[in-house]
This record gives sequence, C-alpha cells and structure tokens, in this order.
Amino acid sequence: MIAEIGLAALWLAAALAVLQLLGGVLALRGGTTSDIAALTRPAAILQGGLVAVSFGALLYVFAITDLSVKLVAMNSHTLKPLIFKLSGAWGNHEGSMLLWVTVMALAGALIAGIERRLPERTMQATLAAQGFVALGFYAFLLLSSNPFERLAQPAVEGLGLNPLLQDIGLALHPPTLYFGYVGLSVAFSFAVGALVTKQVTPAFARAMRPWILGAWVFLTLGITAGSYWAYYELGWGGYWFWDPVENASLMPWLAATALLHSASVLASRDALRVWTIMLGVVAFSMSMLGTFLVRSGILTSVHAFAVDPERGSFILFLLALYIGGALLLFALRAGAISEGERFSVASREGALVVNNVMLSAILAVVLLGTLYPLLTEAFDVRVSVGPPYFNPVGAVFTFPMLAVMAVGPLLRWRRDGFGRQTKELALIGALLLSGLILFALLFGMAILPLLGLSMAIALAVASFLPLKGRKLRRVPIETWGMVIAHFGIAVALFGMASESAFSTEKLAALEEGGTTQVGPWSVQLQAVEPVAGPNWTALSGRMTVAYDGGEPSEITPQSRNFWAPPQQTTESVLVTRWNGQLYAVMGGDSNDGRWQLRLWWKPFVTFIWYGGLLIALGGVLALVGRVRKDLKRRFVKRRGAERRTEMEELA
Amino acid sequence: MILATMIAIPLAAQDGAPPAPYAYRQLDDPAQEAVAQELMETLRCLKCQSQSIADSDASMAGDMRHQVRIRIAAGDSPEEIRRWLMDRYGDYVSYEPVMSATTWPLFAIPALLVVIAGLLFWRRFRRRA
Repeated sequence: MIAEIGLAALWLAAALAVLQLLGGVLALRGGTTSDIAALTRPAAILQGGLVAVSFGALLYVFAITDLSVKLVAMNSHTLKPLIFKLSGAWGNHEGSMLLWVTVMALAGALIAGIERRLPERTMQATLAAQGFVALGFYAFLLLSSNPFERLAQPAVEGLGLNPLLQDIGLALHPPTLYFGYVGLSVAFSFAVGALVTKQVTPAFARAMRPWILGAWVFLTLGITAGSYWAYYELGWGGYWFWDPVENASLMPWLAATALLHSASVLASRDALRVWTIMLGVVAFSMSMLGTFLVRSGILTSVHAFAVDPERGSFILFLLALYIGGALLLFALRAGAISEGERFSVASREGALVVNNVMLSAILAVVLLGTLYPLLTEAFDVRVSVGPPYFNPVGAVFTFPMLAVMAVGPLLRWRRDGFGRQTKELALIGALLLSGLILFALLFGMAILPLLGLSMAIALAVASFLPLKGRKLRRVPIETWGMVIAHFGIAVALFGMASESAFSTEKLAALEEGGTTQVGPWSVQLQAVEPVAGPNWTALSGRMTVAYDGGEPSEITPQSRNFWAPPQQTTESVLVTRWNGQLYAVMGGDSNDGRWQLRLWWKPFVTFIWYGGLLIALGGVLALVGRVRKDLKRRFVKRRGAERRTEMEELA
Repeated sequence: MILATMIAIPLAAQDGAPPAPYAYRQLDDPAQEAVAQELMETLRCLKCQSQSIADSDASMAGDMRHQVRIRIAAGDSPEEIRRWLMDRYGDYVSYEPVMSATTWPLFAIPALLVVIAGLLFWRRFRRRA
C-alpha cells in the first residue's frame, strides 16, 4: 500500500510539473496576471510536497524491508543494520534517481515560495525551465526506473548490498553530490529564465548566487568525503584516482567555481553577463554529464548500478535535449545581451576573468581525459588516460590560476595598478621563490610536489592579505568566507604535495610478535585473531604502534569476508596525528607462518580533507553573509512600504 | 627467452593461488624499490576500475607487481619493462601518456586551449592596453 502511495504521488507530481511548465510558458505569452500564471508557483510548491511523500514511502519500504518491492529485494537484506537499510534506499539506481527528483522538486518549491526579487516574467520563465527539466527526470523514473515496482512473488530474502557500499560514507556521499547537482539545475533554470526575457541583471545574479554557493558547498563536501572514503576503504592509501566517476563530480565543481566568481562580478559590477549565462549552462551540463556517466552503466564500477542500455539511451536523450536546447537558446539570445561594464586587466574583474578562463581550461582537460578513452573504445582502440596525464596537464593551468588567485583579491574593482600593492606582491613572490629553492635543496623532490608545496605556503599567507589594514570586526562575513575558502585551497594543496613528496611505504611479512618500522613509527604484530560480525567474518591483526619511541597504542585492522554477496574488503586503521597519518592494512598469510602487513606513513595527508572542509566552510560563510544581507534588505523594504502606507493614510 | 616464459607463468595463475613472492614484498634495495614503485604507479591494473597496479588487491595486479620488482632487481630499466608489458597487453596497460596516432588529440587540444585562452585575454584587454 505504502509503495503504491509513493508511486501515485510521483505521477501526480509529474502532472504538476506539466502544469508548471504550461503556466510559465502561457505567462510569458499572455502576461503574468492571467489565471494560469497564478498557478505556476502553487504547482511548484505542491509538487515538492508530493515528491517528498514519494521519497518518504521509499524510505519506509526499505526500513521495514518489504521484500515484495523489487528494489528492496534486489538491494537490501533483513540482516543489515537499520542505518544501512535506509541509506540503501538511495544506494541503487532507481532510489538515487528518486532522491535526485526529490531534491530538485524541493528546490523548485523553495524558489517558487520565496524568490520575489526578479521581475515576475523572468520568474515564470525560470519556473517553466525548472518544470521542464524536472519533467524529463519524472519520465525517466516512471517509464524506465520505477522504484516502487512489485514482485509477483515476494522474495524470501533480499540479495544484500555491495559490502564496499555498506559504510557511513554511502549514507552521506551521494546525497551531498546530488544536492550540488540539483543546486546547479536551479542556477541553470535562472539562467534560462534570464536568457528568455533578456534580463541578465545584477538582481538576477544575486537571486542565482545562493543556489550556486549552496551547490558548490555540497559538491565540495561530496568530493572531499568521496575522496576520504576511497582513501580509507580501498586500502592502498590513494585518495584520488582520476576515475571517470570522480571526474564526474569534479567537473561540475570546476564549472560551479567559475560560475560563482563570474556571478559575483555580475552581482556587484554588472560585468561578465554573457560569461555568467554560459557558465550556468556549462555547470548544469556537467552535472547532467556526471549523472549520465555514473548512471548509464557506460563505466563499470561500484557506482554503475544500472547496466541497462535502455536507461543509458534515455539519459543520453535527456542530456542532448537539455544541453542542446540550452546551447541553442544561448546561441540565439547571447547576441542580444550586451557585455556589461568594462574594466582593465589590472583589476579584480581582470583577475577573475583569468580565473574563469583557467578553470574552464582545467574543466576542458578533465572532460577530454574522461571522454577520450570512451570515444576511442567505440572504435575498438583502448587508451589509458590516468594520473600521469591529468596531473601535469592540469598543472599547466592550475599553477598560473593559483598565482592569480593569490593576487586577485588584493586588487580594486574596475581599474587598478600593481604599483599600489608592491609590498604584498613582493612578499608573495619572495615566499614562493624561497619555498622553491629551500625544498629543492633540502629534499630534491619532483617538480609538481615542489611547486605545490611552495605555492601552498605563498597562497596560505596571500589568502589573509586582503584583511590587512581592516578592522577585523567590520569585515563582512562573505569576505571572511572568501579568505577561508582561499586558505582552504592552500591547505589542501599542501596536503596533496606533502603526500606525494614525503609518504613512506612498508610492506612487511611478520610473525606474531615480530616488529617493523615505517617512517618514525614502530609497529609490532601482537596476534592475529578471527572475528565475526553480523554479515561477515574477518581476520583481525592486533598491533601496537608507537610514534618515534613514544607511548604505544593498539590498533586492529581487519581483512573482512562478507557472505551476502561474497566479497573481500580491507578495514584499514588510520592513526591520526597533527602531522600526518599512519595507515595500516592487514593482508593475508604468506604461507610460511607469517602475516602480510601494509603500512604507510603519510605526513600531512589529512590537510587534503581539512582543506576541503575549510573551502566548504568558506562557502557557508559567504552564503550566510549573502542571505543575511538579502533578509535585511527585504526587511528594510517592507518597513519602507509600511511607512509609505502610514503616511498615505495620515495624508 | 626461457627465463621470460618461466616468469610469465604466474601471470596466468588462477585467482586463489597464493600470490607471487614479490606481490606484497618490497625489494631490499630502497633505491630499486623506489624505481619499481614509480613504474607500478603508471601501470594499469587490467582487472580494476581506474587503479594502478600499485593500488590493487586483484591477484593479477599482484603478479604484475612481482614481475616489475624482479625485473628491476635483475637490472632491467623501467622503460624496458613497460615496453615488455605493452607488447603483451597492448598500450592500454600503460598510463604514461605517449603521443601516437591514437592519442595526439590529448595533447593537441590542451595546446589549443592555451592559444584560445591567450587570444581571449588579448581580445578582452587590448583596447585598454
């Protein structure tokens, strides 16, 4: 019954999306005061409620493990802990697509409910675009991926869930990325609305900005969490593999970063109008492409639950429709939109243009490296594009961008000379240069980590320079957001460079009682014991580890065997200190009474994810600052209106 | 040649057979191990999704690590080993980007991007220069 209610709610929501689309289109033709136009906003709001009901129904059938629902029988198991039953609701193709439309409909309801800054015509066009995009996803769900499908004969037991995915990482990672993707879809709808009505104004950028910021924060968190998850779950200490699925989340992030900066210029300076619209289209295209890559089964990995060509073609069709349509609209309308205010190269806008172009170039490189092997495979030529390609080619664009990023926030809007900032520029340059020389002489490291470490130090200092000479209490929250996000980039860069330059690895075969050394750590294998969990058995290695002869502590990494479905995983143990992590993995026995251990000492590796968190924190601060300003402005406006009516009454 | 066929046998080993000796064991000489590690990070694990043989538990990756280590220990250069593996498994096994008839766009397009970026800046700012 509950499953049927979920399905019915989904159909009704799809019908409301049609109404939303029609209402918006008719409003554009017949004026915003007609009866139909008045329905657009309520349709969007009601639709959000219905989809939430539908998603609630899915959570419910997973929570009670209703094995007559096909999706539950395929992906869940009565023995799983409740939290993984619930997260299993979206740890599969159908459920994850339902999660996507849920977030999208809720976002649509939110803009329909509260966004009143823009001209009503632009808003109607925006909501129509939002309804149109949502409609495609409803069709996809209802026609080819119904999550509520029943089995004629209820299953006796569920088939379980990939044990690699039975992890708290799964509970958090896909939803955060989806929030990001959907936020970009809202930004896209705004861009389409503005294009249709030719109202590319600072007000439009201000309405769009919170959504970009929110999407960007979620993407940042999703990528950071996904990277940490791969790091501790895969058991080899790698945190980024340039896997197409990882790239699928990185590309929207790069586009959103560029869009964010471009929209800021539009909001405060009324410049870069066409750039902003184009980046809005590109950012959403990248989220669609990401969904396509991950969901179509074109890549074979734990992420590709749906190996079903019909679904792949459906998503490809949606991709072509939305992206093609948006690009066509852009091509037709972009000429009618003027460039906006002009500025000189040595200005903050100038620096932001460099940032935008560089980010777009990095995006193009990642896109190329991701799609090229797929393209050649279609012609039966298999090419491997991996870290040895992405790292240096990406760096060609990344390092110049980072250099501009260090300087840009120091410049004034519109027109500035570098002369005003000689001291600061000299400081950044000196830091960079001395870092390069010092690290090269001391450690003789490879070029990329060397550049990375020196740039990270220079950037870390440079990111705080915009605060120089200002009263810290008077600095707006959003400026703090920028400073912290830029500082986060420096921190993450430091972590990456340090991991690549200073990591030490030790593969050891030890008898019980044997000791070994990795970096400053000494490790003793005390005993190897069998352990059993709810749906797995494991070999657990009890070890004592001591840093630099200090107080020893005990760790127990495991090598686990799941039985439904059968699969082996490693449960690595990480010992975190402020200056890095010890990474310990239990291997198998080496057939001579000894046990294999894999150990790494990774100095400052944690900075990668601290950096990611700082970047997200910066985004949150910027968002809070912007929203607060907007609320204040609304309040002032309302008070002004009240005053005016009072005055009129008095008169 | 006989040596080559002998050490090639573990590559054909079934899953479940014990891993080759150097799959999970480092070379005693740290300098040689560093060279081997660097090479392993640029060789693709053919049974995995986007992982190098240095990051994989797959038995085939273990056998390949064994091959790389014993050949480095025997004095082969990394490029000889890479060539040997590419002859057996095709170019697909190597992540090292090589310019060839099938891969030139990977290099031409970024170069083009640099030119486009340069042109964009030049057009945008020349009027005020």
